[in-house]
Amino acid sequence: MIRFLARRFGLALGTLLALSFLMYGVLNIAMDPLDDLRSSPSLNREALMEARIRQLGLDRPWWERWWQWLLDVFRGDFGEAWRSGQHVNDMLVGAIQTSVQLVFSATLIAVLVGVTVGLVSALRQYTAFDYTITFVAFVMYALPVFWFAVLLKQFGAIGVNDYLNNPVVNWPALLIVSVISGLFWAGALGGNTRRKLIVFGVAFAVTIGILAYALLSGWVENPRLGFVGVAVLGIAAAVGMTAVFAGMQNKRALYSALATAVVGVVLYMPMQYFFYYVPMSDLLALGLLVVAIIVGAAVGWAFGGPDRGVSIRGAVVVAIVQAAAIFADRVLQGWQLYVNASVIGGRPIATIGSQTPNLGGDYWITQLDKATHLVLPTIALVVISFATYTRYQRGAMLEVLNQDYIRTARAKGLPERVVIVRHALRNALMPLASVVPIDIITMIGGAVLTETIFSWAGMGRMFVNALMLSEIDPVMIYIMITGALAMIANLAADFLYAIIDPRIRVNA
Amino acid sequence: MSNQDPRLDPRLGAAPDDAVTDDLSAEEHGRGEGVGEAKEVEGLSQGQLVWRRFIRHKGAMFGLGVLIAVMLLSTLTMGIGPIPGLWHVQNFNSPGDVLNGGTPTLQIPGLFGGTTFAIGEHPFGQNNIGQDMFALVMKGVQTSLFVMFCLSAIALLVGVTVGALAGYYRGVLDQVLMRITDLVITLPVIVLGAVLGKLVGILPIRFNATPEQTLAINNNMPLILSVALGLVLWTSLARLVRSEFLGLREREFVDAARVAGASDWRIITKHMLPNAVGVIIVNTTLLMSSAVTLEAALSYLNFGIRPPSVSLGYLITENQGAFATRPWLFWWPGLFIVLLALAANFIGDGLRDAFDPRMRKIPSARQMRLATHQLPADQGVPTAAAGATAASEKSGASETDGPTKEER
Repeated sequence: MIRFLARRFGLALGTLLALSFLMYGVLNIAMDPLDDLRSSPSLNREALMEARIRQLGLDRPWWERWWQWLLDVFRGDFGEAWRSGQHVNDMLVGAIQTSVQLVFSATLIAVLVGVTVGLVSALRQYTAFDYTITFVAFVMYALPVFWFAVLLKQFGAIGVNDYLNNPVVNWPALLIVSVISGLFWAGALGGNTRRKLIVFGVAFAVTIGILAYALLSGWVENPRLGFVGVAVLGIAAAVGMTAVFAGMQNKRALYSALATAVVGVVLYMPMQYFFYYVPMSDLLALGLLVVAIIVGAAVGWAFGGPDRGVSIRGAVVVAIVQAAAIFADRVLQGWQLYVNASVIGGRPIATIGSQTPNLGGDYWITQLDKATHLVLPTIALVVISFATYTRYQRGAMLEVLNQDYIRTARAKGLPERVVIVRHALRNALMPLASVVPIDIITMIGGAVLTETIFSWAGMGRMFVNALMLSEIDPVMIYIMITGALAMIANLAADFLYAIIDPRIRVNA
Repeated sequence: MSNQDPRLDPRLGAAPDDAVTDDLSAEEHGRGEGVGEAKEVEGLSQGQLVWRRFIRHKGAMFGLGVLIAVMLLSTLTMGIGPIPGLWHVQNFNSPGDVLNGGTPTLQIPGLFGGTTFAIGEHPFGQNNIGQDMFALVMKGVQTSLFVMFCLSAIALLVGVTVGALAGYYRGVLDQVLMRITDLVITLPVIVLGAVLGKLVGILPIRFNATPEQTLAINNNMPLILSVALGLVLWTSLARLVRSEFLGLREREFVDAARVAGASDWRIITKHMLPNAVGVIIVNTTLLMSSAVTLEAALSYLNFGIRPPSVSLGYLITENQGAFATRPWLFWWPGLFIVLLALAANFIGDGLRDAFDPRMRKIPSARQMRLATHQLPADQGVPTAAAGATAASEKSGASETDGPTKEER
């Protein structure tokens, strides 16, 4: 194992070194630091050029400059963006934070939604649902993100903001959305014609009911979850989790999930006082989440009986849902204040940037501001990466469903839910171990196009700007970081796979 | 099926199943196994088999149709090379008088409030200096198609050569070539592409080119850019061909060829490459779809094609600010990018299914049910089960090595 690690590590270091040498050479040709002076009309043009050549050391051969750069990097000095005189070390911290903030939730949502849809698509193989999902995935795969982002800005942000200023309900659109929702659920849940019709009817009615209520009661202008919303979410999560992962006949799992939901609902009012008196911070929020998970686990453990694992898992998920709901509820309580703030001016959905400058306000307002800035780029990123996960997971699930052990499980008379969830799903999720770590680790590299379109000052934007301005240091650091991350990610993925799949042995 | 000598049927002993299929003569491919398969084995070469499966794939046919239609449209209207096309605006970069605020004259009944079908003077509208958007978009489509084919050809050439050499010779050569592949694959395609795009854009200055030479370089930008990007996108193909070759070189027919005294070159080109052709074709097609979006993305970042050449990505960049006032400038270029990438993807998907030996003609779930209902009750159940296993034969394994989207 140590030999394997050492070998991989050595290879990675060598590759990085070669990469830095080659890229420095290519960038040396590609970049023209004198471009603005070449067309400059000033009389002392030659002198200015001379001065810049001296400043950047362009009179020395590039490999000498590369060596100097390498020594500096090993000393922890990443150079500077010479046009603005900014130090790259200082730029990096903010850029990485911004990129992670942008890509984190998008990656999470894309994995969850893409994997779920891919699984269902595999279960309904060769049905209209499957074909539709395949088609939609292909379309999303072909979608250029910069084009889609402009559409989002126009119809998403400007449309919603206009609606908030002048609420006129668009009934045909509402109807179309509800019909699509009905068709989706009918296709996803499958069954015979009668069952499909019932599912379609229920999904259609629920969707149009919720949408109409939200629009007509003024919920959209002043969104909140409130006590009732938190309670409904908790119970729905409890029932849903139990139905899928434990089975409704497992009363212990059901009761532990429901009890956790009740704990969350009971804690709703005390938490309001807590939020009122205690100033909030990210660290405290994380701490509260950990407390919620512990409480969930404890409830599951107490109820669990002989089969504790299932109950604990369900209760923990419900606890997370409840914690998130209470948090979101508190954030939304600042909505009116936020929308009416002078810098927002009644147009809350932002189209550019990662935050509103000079907003002021407490922790909760800042969170809300972050969220409104995250909405559009997150949708854009989720839509374009959805296709990859869906196709990948569909393929993995089909592969598993063809295995002999699935036939055995069916043959010994296990209920379909147990066959799918316990025998198929677990094995079908294994290939994700070679994809998800890579996506999570490389997200520090940011999203070049999305950051450019939405003007987020992240890593990708730093790279594009520096490349455009012919500043070699930030570009080199970006290349080194993405390269190193890609290698670490691949190593992590191989490792994780070897751990969860005993059939795979790591050898040097 | 019924007119075939049963002794020629490769699935000997499958008689009960055959009897069932005969009831189904109403629907030629109504069943998972049976009719289609027997026909497939009847004296067909591998190529014919693949072709038959391919033209039966509806998605692939749809993609092929769209691709051919778009190609025809763009060449007929804007000409090709020195040959002028039929469209009245041939000099696509020339400004004109802005008619009616540049509103598109294309009318389709029922869409965008159109009542009759009319093409008019400027079907896709005009921009603020009166350039005809239709001519620009069609020229952009030509550029994208050119980049798509040129880039894939280069990536194909490099990828197959590297993969074949590494897989066939193994040893030191394999190590060296694979380390080079690792080097290229480490960086995201868009990052490497942006650097190379910047490099291509600076060529006139580096060569101290005269204005005429600069113009010549800029006019040939699509070619130069596709060569540069082709040198980035070959890596996945090289890895796939290598792993294919590592398997093939252990096979008996390769040993036989070697014993017969065939040269390495002959073994690689005549004996091994034809056996790897499925992997190569499928992945090249999928590469084409990434090529379209990659070119558009780079042109969007200003590291790609720039005037006087026109590309779809460049048109989007130029017009994205005008969306509120002139949305038509924005709609069409994006729509054609989606169309081209989608078509290439569908063709690639169809090819993958066609080359997959596990692939059978799969009836839809509805057809399966219909077939089951039409059968006598006692035979209905077992054949439905047989159909289900046939349907599940198309495993998703091959889909996991599908494309991953890098341009985000």
